Amino acid sequence: MSGSLASMFVAVLRRDLLLALRRRSDVLTTFFFFIIVVSLFPLGVGPEPNTLRAIAPGVVWVAALLTSMLALSRLFAGDFADGTLEQLALAPQPLGILVLAKTLAHWLVTGLPLVLIAPVLGLQFDLPGGALWVMTTALLLGTPVLSLVGAVGAALTLGVRGASALLAILVLPLYVPVLIFGAGAASASVSGMSVAGYLSLLGAFLLIAAALSPWATAAAVRIALE
Amino acid sequence: MNQRIFRFASPQTFYPLAGQMIPLFMTLAAVLCAVGLYIGLFVAPTDFQQGEVYRIIFIHVPAAWMSMFIYVVMAFWCAVGLAMNTRLSFMMALALAPTGALMTAVALWTGSLWGKPTWGTWWAWDARMTSELILLFLYIGFLSLHAAIDDPRRADRAAAVLALVGVVNIPIIYFSVKWWNTLHQGASVSITRAPSMARTMLWGMLIMALAAWMYSIAAALMRVRSIILERENAAEWVAQLPEVKGQ
Repeated sequence: MSGSLASMFVAVLRRDLLLALRRRSDVLTTFFFFIIVVSLFPLGVGPEPNTLRAIAPGVVWVAALLTSMLALSRLFAGDFADGTLEQLALAPQPLGILVLAKTLAHWLVTGLPLVLIAPVLGLQFDLPGGALWVMTTALLLGTPVLSLVGAVGAALTLGVRGASALLAILVLPLYVPVLIFGAGAASASVSGMSVAGYLSLLGAFLLIAAALSPWATAAAVRIALE
Repeated sequence: MNQRIFRFASPQTFYPLAGQMIPLFMTLAAVLCAVGLYIGLFVAPTDFQQGEVYRIIFIHVPAAWMSMFIYVVMAFWCAVGLAMNTRLSFMMALALAPTGALMTAVALWTGSLWGKPTWGTWWAWDARMTSELILLFLYIGFLSLHAAIDDPRRADRAAAVLALVGVVNIPIIYFSVKWWNTLHQGASVSITRAPSMARTMLWGMLIMALAAWMYSIAAALMRVRSIILERENAAEWVAQLPEVKGQ
């Protein structure tokens, strides 16, 4: 049974990654959205390096939150429309685990690229080397939480009127702790303070979200399918 | 005993009971509010540091307490509804949400009015104000998700899941925001410490909090009666109600 659970997890993961690979433009759009939003801030605030260094972590994190929101509406929508989600719900394996596989695939496609490009964007904001590393590590720990928590909102708004704006209202307030400690880590590093506490808390959020949110997402998916 | 209580889990039996309870709670709210305001405005001494302006505490603190309490009660009814599959629980949760949002808005508004003369600013990004603002967003999220779904059963259940996710998150959000910034004066009423305020002030505040509590119950009962009528409008017993027949 555990073997079949693991193979089902891998199958869902591979399928979602394959689908994302076949529709590369979707992935690239959110990726460039992130880069463009971050690049707009120096134009709005002015190119003063000290200001840019101060706002960089917050800007990158808020842009990551918005990008994650933008990508979330696609997490279940396609599978909901073509009936795949119903088949997943009927599968003998726990729906929570299958939803976790979908969320992981979603993060690999939309979250991980942001983590990888973030140091380059940090350079545009004149962040020092140490802060770049801290920001990247914080994003690596924090963006999966965004996908996990966002998945609950994505499942709740399946097939609902005005789903994308509604999703933002539901999910963004729940992102606040991740934003605070994610941006706080890099800011603390810029001002020479210890970042261990921030990163530990982000890790704790990740563990809590990974343990609880797939079950809430599964419950929400079942409600949407009724 | 159990059966007699659970009888009221049905909208049909709860509707007249709620109708009987509303005048009771409204009267209690009015009396307590009159007593609390009298103590607050006339009996309580003028504050040594803040002068008369501190008296907004008699509205502000009860509203802030109720805003948090109502969210927990709402989440409780959502959990009961999801676990027991009782329609009335979801209706109760939906009836509580606007009152909770109202209390949150009142707490923010009076806090802002209080902040201007004492701190010299309408808004400070401190822990309690920020978490109260996020609480308002959570209420708005609950109400807008419910409003966006046409099928009442699905709307009830989806909003219930959201309320439960929110109630798990509220302590995390609160402590995150608290760590992020603290500018507020320390909590002046806590269960573990002896209160550092005059006894009459404390009494005034507690009586006002009770008044806000009674008002919230009465308002939620009124709203749940409307929701029952709206949802059950095809039922025979609704058609037999004197207030419906007369129309």
